[in-house]
Amino acid sequence: MNPQHFIEEPILRFASDVGSVGPVTVVGGQTQWEVGGLPFPGSREVRAPAGIWSHEPEEMTVRCGAGTSIGDLNEKCAQFGQMVPFDLNSEATVGGVLAVGRSGFRRLRYGPIRDLVLQIRHVDHSGQIVTSGGPTVKNVSGYDLCRLLVGSLGKLGCIAEVTLRCLPIPETTLWLRGAGDPFEIYNQLYRPSSVLWNGKQVWVCLEGVKSDVESQAALLDFEEVDSPPNFPTQGRMSLEPKALRGLAGNSTDWIAEIGVGVVHCGESQTPAPLSNTNKVLMNELERRLDPSGRLNPGRQLVAT
Amino acid sequence: MVPPSADKPLLDDLQTLLGDRARAEDFELGLYGKDGSVLEGRPAIVCLPINSEEVRCIVNICGDHKRPFIARGSGTGLSGGAVPVGDPVVIATAKMNRIIEVDLDNRIAWVEPGVLNLDLSTQLKGLGFHFAPDPSSQQVCSIGGNVANNSGGPHCLAYGVTSAHVAAIEVVLPDGSITVLGDLTAEPSGYDLRGLFIGSEGTMGVATKIAVRLTQNPPEVRTLLLDFSDVRDGAAAVSAIIAQGLIPAALEMMDHRAIEVVEAFVNAGYPTEADAVLLVELDGLAGGVENGVEVVRRVAEAHHVGEVRLAADEAERALLWKGRKNAFGAVARIKPDYYLHDTVVPRGKLVEVLEKVYRIADAHNLIAINVFHAGDGNLHPILAYDSREPGVLERVHAAGRAIITASIEAGGVLSGEHGIGLEKRDYMGMLFTEHDMATQDLVREAFDPEGLANPLKILPSGSRCSDSFGQHVPEGAWV
Ligand SMILES: Cc1cc2nc3c(=O)[nH]c(=O)nc-3n(C[C@H](O)[C@H](O)[C@H](O)COP(=O)(O)OP(=O)(O)OC[C@H]3O[C@@H](n4cnc5c(N)ncnc54)[C@H](O)[C@@H]3O)c2cc1C
Repeated sequence: MNPQHFIEEPILRFASDVGSVGPVTVVGGQTQWEVGGLPFPGSREVRAPAGIWSHEPEEMTVRCGAGTSIGDLNEKCAQFGQMVPFDLNSEATVGGVLAVGRSGFRRLRYGPIRDLVLQIRHVDHSGQIVTSGGPTVKNVSGYDLCRLLVGSLGKLGCIAEVTLRCLPIPETTLWLRGAGDPFEIYNQLYRPSSVLWNGKQVWVCLEGVKSDVESQAALLDFEEVDSPPNFPTQGRMSLEPKALRGLAGNSTDWIAEIGVGVVHCGESQTPAPLSNTNKVLMNELERRLDPSGRLNPGRQLVAT
Repeated sequence: MVPPSADKPLLDDLQTLLGDRARAEDFELGLYGKDGSVLEGRPAIVCLPINSEEVRCIVNICGDHKRPFIARGSGTGLSGGAVPVGDPVVIATAKMNRIIEVDLDNRIAWVEPGVLNLDLSTQLKGLGFHFAPDPSSQQVCSIGGNVANNSGGPHCLAYGVTSAHVAAIEVVLPDGSITVLGDLTAEPSGYDLRGLFIGSEGTMGVATKIAVRLTQNPPEVRTLLLDFSDVRDGAAAVSAIIAQGLIPAALEMMDHRAIEVVEAFVNAGYPTEADAVLLVELDGLAGGVENGVEVVRRVAEAHHVGEVRLAADEAERALLWKGRKNAFGAVARIKPDYYLHDTVVPRGKLVEVLEKVYRIADAHNLIAINVFHAGDGNLHPILAYDSREPGVLERVHAAGRAIITASIEAGGVLSGEHGIGLEKRDYMGMLFTEHDMATQDLVREAFDPEGLANPLKILPSGSRCSDSFGQHVPEGAWV
């Protein structure tokens, strides 16, 4: 079997599963299943192909089916000292993580997950395969549909295959916990991987070569801990980084990502409202890319 | 000269709004007909608005007259993105050049689109922050142009291209409404319209304000110059460095001819006898930087490096970079004209494709000079020529086409940072299927159903957007 066939066959099968009629829901690892609302009952369930087609360590890229779990993906990359810093439940699928679009807790250093995406092949509402982006680490050929698909909850297309950028696994990773003004701590450090705050305690993740991690740690009078705290998962807010100061004194259960602005909280939150103009633009995109609204119906990004 | 009578009512409306900042003088129309590419068009009218509201009114007037418009920054684009075709109104952002707010608590600066890239970082000096995208044209290119082209630069290897450094964009949409795409939060509601707009080359509206992210200045920086007596060793060292799990801040390559012309121009002390040099920069905390220097040294030695020169101080570092950043200007010492290409190949294919580039240039009797962002496989072959030689442009274009083909065959892409514009519009089919492009067109259309924003760019004439004005690429232009 030629290698190209080995890659194409599962993609074509997924395209025919999605087909061109009737409502379909893509099922991933169901780790963030309720985000955006549950799918309409009765819509046909499909799964994107799983499998790592290629990992090229010297290019620092990996190409895989969107149904691949991020656990499998990172296991493969780790064989060459690399990682894709998704930082989520290892059962989650690559496609699901991208469709939901929420970045992990080391976003401060590694950036949002959308910036790890180089190429996406998706199945559109008519059951046809669309490729956007490109396989190289740098590319500005054509419209950036990859950005549009990340965080789209699968409403503009079903992600079938992705090419991602990998990063080197840092020599040292150190989690620390202590007390202090999280904003001052953040400003004191150079590119920490994470600074978390729950109103009482601060957690810091430092990564890099050992001597740097140690010299940064020495700036803080913190104790070493094994791992980040447990995040409340019910709710999530996205605030301007400086607005996190307003959380001081709030006695509910929350953890804020300093410098990023994401707040993990115990109660579910309604997303910030969209301007009318943006709503119109988003509706126009949905109308054009999925005229009959058959892709992942029930999920909602644009409140009506 | 009096404008063609068809343009008179449009000009009247624009002048009522802008006074003498709406112009149709022959000389100026000529100036605004070009960008940094070899392509040339001609606008109907040139407008120089001073704020978002004026841009909105201009776009509305264009809508009333069913006339396309085209945003223009500094005109340094290299793919003809700012070249006016379809008789458009040029909206030049040169007078919208204020830094509106520096918000260090959010690590954001709000700027107008006409702010020059380097001016922002200069303003930020002393605050400990900078704007990371650093195109080699940074002294003159505008941040609006950077956003429209999703521009890169040497330091984008470690820091990412423009898209990673823009949080929000105020945009005047082609229907004359004004909106903000994205916001200062990490996860704005809805689809990522911000990400979609970046790199759309002015075909989705005019950016009128931009919130850029500010990057902490690195505490330590080391710059090394490595010379190789065989360009293939240099290119192989590039992928070997990355394969070590080291991502330098910048990793640039210059070949023998580039070294010669640059050295004669800048006197940076580049080794003129070398076949290639690599300019490598490492930044960050001291330990990582020292470690990186050792890795680079070790890999370079394994690839038969000649001398490893470590810049002793900031002055020497600046000099080494001066050579790199002035390379294109220096080419004028060999030939009066040059054509600068931009493709990306997998790093592992650099040697193979570079050799092809030399062979292609030889076959077309042209001189190829290579100065490029090697770390991310972003080739920039320069074809130097003298436009007075009869027939030379045909050879330049044929060689260019062959270089693009070779890059795509090696698993690469059409453009790494200069964009598609007019130049590569008709090559899109080398990378995308008809259906891929039709899908891109649907997305474009959601922003611009009438096809008024910078028409005839990015997508080839076959797709729907392009028939609306029935005009083709102007005389002398390359498609
Ligand atoms: C010597 C030289 C070196 C270069 N080096 C690099 C490099 O290292 N990396 C790199 O990426 N590029 C490089 N470039 C290319 C160019 O400088 C960049 O593409 C730059 O970002 C263009 O900015 P500009 O202001 O000149 O835009 P223009 O050329 O004026 O316009 C470019 C495109 O942007 C659109 N546009 C401009 N302003 C707006 C706006 N406000 N809203 C919407 N659309 C707008 C235009 O319509 C056009 O499509 C180089 C160019 C030269 C001449």
